[in-house]
Amino acid sequence: MSLKQQVTVIDYFAGNTYSVTKAFEHFDCQVDLVSQPNLIADSDILVLPGVGAFGDGMETLRQRRLIEPILAHVERGRPFLGICLGMQLLLGSSEELGVHDGLGIIPGKVRRLPDEPGSKVPHVGWAGLHIPEEQDSSYWKDTILRDVPVDRDMYFVHSFAAVPDHTEHIMSRTGFGTHWFCSSVRKGNVYGCQFHPEKSGPAGLQIIENFLRL
Amino acid sequence: MYKPRIIARLDIKGPNVVKGIRYDGLRIMGKPQDLATRYYMQGADELIYIDTVASLYGRDNLTEIVQQAASEIFIPMTVGGGVRSVEDAVALLRSGADRVAVNTAAVKHPQLIKEIAAVLGSQGVVASLQIKSRSDNRWEIFVDNGREKTGIDAMDWLKQVEQLGAGEVLVTSVDRDGAGNGFEIDFIRQALQVVTIPIIAGGGAKVPADVVELISHTRCDAVAVASMLHYNRATITDIKEALTQNGIYATCH
Repeated sequence: MSLKQQVTVIDYFAGNTYSVTKAFEHFDCQVDLVSQPNLIADSDILVLPGVGAFGDGMETLRQRRLIEPILAHVERGRPFLGICLGMQLLLGSSEELGVHDGLGIIPGKVRRLPDEPGSKVPHVGWAGLHIPEEQDSSYWKDTILRDVPVDRDMYFVHSFAAVPDHTEHIMSRTGFGTHWFCSSVRKGNVYGCQFHPEKSGPAGLQIIENFLRL
Repeated sequence: MYKPRIIARLDIKGPNVVKGIRYDGLRIMGKPQDLATRYYMQGADELIYIDTVASLYGRDNLTEIVQQAASEIFIPMTVGGGVRSVEDAVALLRSGADRVAVNTAAVKHPQLIKEIAAVLGSQGVVASLQIKSRSDNRWEIFVDNGREKTGIDAMDWLKQVEQLGAGEVLVTSVDRDGAGNGFEIDFIRQALQVVTIPIIAGGGAKVPADVVELISHTRCDAVAVASMLHYNRATITDIKEALTQNGIYATCH
């Protein structure tokens, strides 16, 4: 990449933004960690990381008046990447510790992973990405998952997962016990990964590079 | 799908990675970043950094090593050794660590696990257990790099750390660490029946077959290896191939 791209990472509570920042800097980006509404409004590429509880995350975004500029960024069709909790916040609501409204960019809910014998919640570890069975093999071609081999493992840490209303927003699914959950979402230039691309080795970095080349 | 994580463990002393036998006779193995990069390229699923002398060199040494690693190595990192407070834990997380391991301070002050879990979440806290087998078929908890007895029964402590909110357990066998006699399989098998949180088994692997034997017998969540990698007896790739040949799925990333 010849031009130094500017990436805005939203710093909205005591989450770990170090690794996300380093992953984008790996591709020679200028990363700005911001928590003020006006700086988000000016961003070209927006990243919403996040760990912790859904309700706390939304409440912090609300208190810091970050919801409006995020929605405005998405409205303009600019690239957006939500990671982990940052992906879940894209949905309409979550049932984590009560019912909480999300950003509502992708219609649907966030639900707890099912407890099954042999499957531990939280789900911590590496698991593969699969093209949703209702889609054909070229489904990832124009997305940030292009060139990522099917079933390539990514690193997950979560107890909840998105359940989008519309299958067209489900970019990948991942197996968990006998259950499949939505491991990434896409709506136009808005992307969300339940896994951590910044912690998923070379394949994770490939996804970040693809995102930068949208 | 069950895919055990293969973790490279780096014991840190000052600017170096060190390794001894049964926590004794530490030898310099190389620089942390060189070894970490090598294991990352081999496909390690995770790195564990344990500072063996944090009290001597202070926290800054470990923080710098972690920051450097997180700048170039993009897999999860668990970091511990001398973590005594929530502030220590938060500082490591802000340096790029994903999880913080606690041992000595938690044994002396069990609420520390609860306090760190309240801030980082349970998945951010790894209880590190140094165990030593006793003649009565039980195991005892040791602290201070296997030097100090506590009189605490390992299975009792295991249950307690789960209740306190630890998200994972790293088990190191003091008898087997660096010795190359294979893992403490009986302990791991019993431990997996006592708690539901994931267990990382460490201490004793000489060759990939030791990892295969452990996983076939216990289906533990993860394995930590050190000497085997440091002495170039095998690579992470070799371990994953050995698993696959024995019908156990290994991660591919």
